[in-house]
Amino acid sequence: MYEKAGEKYYVVDSHVALWDARESNLKNVHGKQFIDCFYDYHKNLSPEEVVWDYDTYTYYGSDRFMKDLFEDGYVDHAIFQPALLMDFYKNGFGQTEEAFGLAKSNPDLLTYNHAYDPRHEEAGLEQLRRDAERMSLKGVKLYTAEWYGDSRGYKLDDKWSRRYLEECIELGIKNIHVHKGPTIRPLDRDAFDVADVDHVATDYLDLNFIVEHVGLPRLEDFCWIATQESNVYGGLAVAMPFIHTRPRYFAQIIGELLYWIGEDKILFSSDYALWTPKWLIERFVDFQIPADLTEYAPITTDQKKKILGLNAAALYDLDVPNELRLPTDAGDADVEVAAGAKEAVLS
Amino acid sequence: MTVLAMSLEAEVMAALATVIDPELDEPITDLGFVRSVHIDDVGVSVHLRLPTSFCSPNFAYLMASDAQDALRFVEGVGRIKVLLDDHHDSDKINSGLAAEAGYVGTFGQEADDSLDELRLTFQRKAHTAAMERCVAAVLKDTDLAVEDAHRLLLGHLPGGGHKDALLRRRADIGLGIGPEEPVLVDETGAPIPAEAVPMRLRFAKAVRISIEGNSHFCRGLLATRYSDSEAGDMSTRITNTRFARRAS
Repeated sequence: MYEKAGEKYYVVDSHVALWDARESNLKNVHGKQFIDCFYDYHKNLSPEEVVWDYDTYTYYGSDRFMKDLFEDGYVDHAIFQPALLMDFYKNGFGQTEEAFGLAKSNPDLLTYNHAYDPRHEEAGLEQLRRDAERMSLKGVKLYTAEWYGDSRGYKLDDKWSRRYLEECIELGIKNIHVHKGPTIRPLDRDAFDVADVDHVATDYLDLNFIVEHVGLPRLEDFCWIATQESNVYGGLAVAMPFIHTRPRYFAQIIGELLYWIGEDKILFSSDYALWTPKWLIERFVDFQIPADLTEYAPITTDQKKKILGLNAAALYDLDVPNELRLPTDAGDADVEVAAGAKEAVLS
Repeated sequence: MTVLAMSLEAEVMAALATVIDPELDEPITDLGFVRSVHIDDVGVSVHLRLPTSFCSPNFAYLMASDAQDALRFVEGVGRIKVLLDDHHDSDKINSGLAAEAGYVGTFGQEADDSLDELRLTFQRKAHTAAMERCVAAVLKDTDLAVEDAHRLLLGHLPGGGHKDALLRRRADIGLGIGPEEPVLVDETGAPIPAEAVPMRLRFAKAVRISIEGNSHFCRGLLATRYSDSEAGDMSTRITNTRFARRAS
């Protein structure tokens, strides 16, 4: 819980990870390239005083994780969203068993979402059934640019991906977090395109699709499909730290999201350990859309409360203390739609 | 009339300046993506660099092969070598470029047909953003109401960078550039009806914000990535041993 100026905020960090990118776990040069890319994101977008050294960044362990989130970081509940990257790391990038164990020991603080890759076809489906039971999954994290043998990506509306989504409905896994990456097959098309999310969101209304980093670098495509689909949400991973380096751009992103998808469908996350939650939450609560961006209405305290935690709490049925609640519509497909969404559908 | 001779270095840089990053709609020379240019007796070697190892390989290939094509127009340049540094597909792309294997030849089974449609998608986005910049400026600086914006013609737009940019983007996607052409058109050149203008402008603005935001992000990442190795300087290192030898 974060408190400022008499207002109390229930905080859900909806995208966190426990990774191991130490040299001992690298499978090849791509594992090194991947963590170096993350570290450049971290260095480029963090305030100087919260930049980690490289070695800590490659592996921080569960003690540091718990401290950064729950002792220092005001987070009430966090959701693991592991990236597997089995072709880059010997034991995978996200430490799934360690994260699952941590969530099991701290059920009030942590939810464990697992990851699957539909290119494992029938065997992977069987595994998903076992995992869903053992891990009591409410959500999964899908990285569509995961490399797998000769294939360097897939689309959500591929045949096997659809089979997996249908299985998710059967298994009661209702939150599908989608993370788009740079590779896809064939390379003829834009890998960041979210048209496949559009297709599956239309076809599987029992599922919620949370598009991570709000579709960046295709914010506009994401906003557009989110206006068409009542079950598409935007996760603020990667977008949040712009609040420090590019506050005007951050204001534009938030302004666009509030206009197109609305305050009930935006989810805060630090993307830990890309960034740490403490400073992001402090800055976000202090944040206001600059007055000269007259096309956007000022952001309200209630909107901030929803984005920081109440929307995610609704999607994951988290028990929010009464004093921290607001009426929120996340998870309810019949909500009043955003202004942009209404007009977009009519046009 | 005096003809000013351009140095070969300047001609090479001018050729590379015609290569646009399709996602960011800016020349690779402005973005700092041209790491070095080396001219010797045999030809020219150009090293390109990108903000991350994981920038999309299709766009990476597009820029590198466009650079190779652009350099062919430089007279007397000699053998052309374009190399992409520090990318997860550097080996693949560099061998493909050296062998002039083309897109399908470079990526093999990962490629279906061509990158033409991908390029067109982003040329259309660039047009949308340029159109919004022009119309937003007119709406801000004149009495024109948004209800009348559909009547705006290219001839009404004040001259300057925004208009030049719009005309170039229109030409890229095959739209007319005459003064009687309507400004607010869809990607096929069809005028946008009055009632659809506000929504179309609103979406065009989202496109513009997205492109501009990505550009800031990519510049920042590139500077961070190369801050240690190149003293934070994102300019191109140019060396020419061909002329030096001739002069001595």
